[in-house]
Amino acid sequence: MGIVTFLMMIVTMCVVGLADSGPKSDPSGASIGVAADVVGATENAPTADDLKLAEKTEPVAVKLADVVGHNRVAINMVWMLICGFLVMFMQAGFAMAETGFTRAKNAGHTMAMNFMVYVIGMLGFWVCGFALQMGGSGGAASLGGGGALNGEFALHLFGKDFGLFGTKGFFLSGMTYDAVIFGIFLFQMVFMDTTATIPTGSMAERWTFKSFIIYGFFISAIVYPLYANWVWGGGWLSALGRNFGLGHGHIDFAGSSVVHMTGGVAALAGAMVLGPRIGKFTNGKPNPMPGHHIPMAIVGCFILAFGWFGFNAGSSLAGGDLRIAVIAVNTMLAGGAAAFSSLLYMWMRYGKPDISMSANGLLAGLVAITAPCAFVNSVSAVIIGLIAGILVCLSVSFFERVMKVDDPVGAISVHGVNGAWGVLALGLFADGTYGGGLNGIAAPVRGLFYGDASQFAAQCIGMLVNIVFVFIIMYVFFKVLNKITPLRVPAEQEIQGLDQFEVSVSAYPDFPVRVTYM
Amino acid sequence: MKMIVAYIKPNKLDDVKKELYAVQVFKMSVINALGCGRQQGHTEMYRGLAREVNLLMKTRLEIAVNEDFVKPTIMAIIKGAQTGNIGDGKIFVTELADCVRISTGETGGEAI
Repeated sequence: MGIVTFLMMIVTMCVVGLADSGPKSDPSGASIGVAADVVGATENAPTADDLKLAEKTEPVAVKLADVVGHNRVAINMVWMLICGFLVMFMQAGFAMAETGFTRAKNAGHTMAMNFMVYVIGMLGFWVCGFALQMGGSGGAASLGGGGALNGEFALHLFGKDFGLFGTKGFFLSGMTYDAVIFGIFLFQMVFMDTTATIPTGSMAERWTFKSFIIYGFFISAIVYPLYANWVWGGGWLSALGRNFGLGHGHIDFAGSSVVHMTGGVAALAGAMVLGPRIGKFTNGKPNPMPGHHIPMAIVGCFILAFGWFGFNAGSSLAGGDLRIAVIAVNTMLAGGAAAFSSLLYMWMRYGKPDISMSANGLLAGLVAITAPCAFVNSVSAVIIGLIAGILVCLSVSFFERVMKVDDPVGAISVHGVNGAWGVLALGLFADGTYGGGLNGIAAPVRGLFYGDASQFAAQCIGMLVNIVFVFIIMYVFFKVLNKITPLRVPAEQEIQGLDQFEVSVSAYPDFPVRVTYM
Repeated sequence: MKMIVAYIKPNKLDDVKKELYAVQVFKMSVINALGCGRQQGHTEMYRGLAREVNLLMKTRLEIAVNEDFVKPTIMAIIKGAQTGNIGDGKIFVTELADCVRISTGETGGEAI
């Protein structure tokens, strides 16, 4: 990890040295949002020619256009930032959900991982993750700037550009010290942190804190940003439309693949390398290990559902884009439908409703709608949710009984499996009412059921690339890391509980932690 | 002197205490315990996996008594805790070799 950081610093120095005179950066934000940002804002907005004409005939109108442009950008910036703050709060939701679903003797350690992943992810992303992801993204029109993000390293094959990673924005220095770019950084960072915290769920209760820290830097600085660049940073998966006629390329509105699949697949790789908790399997048969604090877990899931409004609706990067209402409602409906279908499924299959699976169901529905939320109607959203709720129950059972992977909180099933369902669902249910212009394709986004099979193909490609790329790189990483410093705590410490050994504070020093089973 | 150890249902503790006070037995220790008896337990489901739960929550009472309090204490516990169903609990009576009051150093029956 140290070598990677060092190399990134070398790259930074090269990039900063080649300062370009093109886009203007404004760290104060004062000059961002001008009359030009009024052009194209609405259907009947003034055109650039209108403004040029008005300079002579209606000077006050031009001045007003300047203020209006600023306000438009400001609304969008405020919206994006507030939604980013909501997504940051999801860290608390993850912390509570994971700790509630695991055992009391490890609560301090589980909380510590969820707490530190926020910090480490942020730092790794600031050092080089953001640059790799968004360095070539070109800023955002809705935010009136960010053009200094204009460096994308691409391979030229078959006469097409395959964008691989960005090259501007290391340490947010130089020309990337700009108000718009900082706003984009915050918003992208909280999404990356959502990915980073997912494996702490599947690897809970037996992961050494030291190796977790190294993992945190690796996923935030390298793994997440690369795939995110390919989908959101102007990279090759988003260009499958322009380059190969596959719909709009791989589309993922808020991150079913970029965030949740990456996290879920990494969670799978990590759980496989780590191995199951002691006592989880007896002769290959799984044993239940109930969580210690269901109220905490449920509140955590509510916090996640709340934060998801920021996650999905915020991904419009524009408060002025009124599709945000549709996005928010679709998000809500899918989560609710999934919680309900998983409730019914567990009730019918095992005789009693299981609230922990319903909570997983809620999250699974939210994960599944994350990609298609902007592109589908409410009926589709409910259908996507209903399927997600059942899918998560089947998947939990599959990974436990068939794959014999121990996933204490269902992270692989909630995020990995339903993230995949989410991007495929977009390829099926996108109904053509939104998305014109995305990834350089003028028409709105349509899925298979609304006439565009090629979009579904693009989604399949994006999904498969995620699974292959993330699984291989994370599996190899964990295997190599395991050789350098053990991934797993010693057995005696695992039996006694990780708190005292790994993070030196017991979560519940006043309470005798009852142990009637392992 | 005898040590009376009783395992009762946790929700019966208040009733048992009331009956013990009525026979002038005010001193006792109360401990949370897990236990099982004749019944093998029941099955709980968690995320689709079944768990045999044969350790149920019980409350353990420890009461040190002089000879003349043995019978009344036992009767009081039974009166307070009995429901007639499985799981009411058990009472064990053991010999108590000695008893010491820490604050004064008194021993024997006076210290109980």
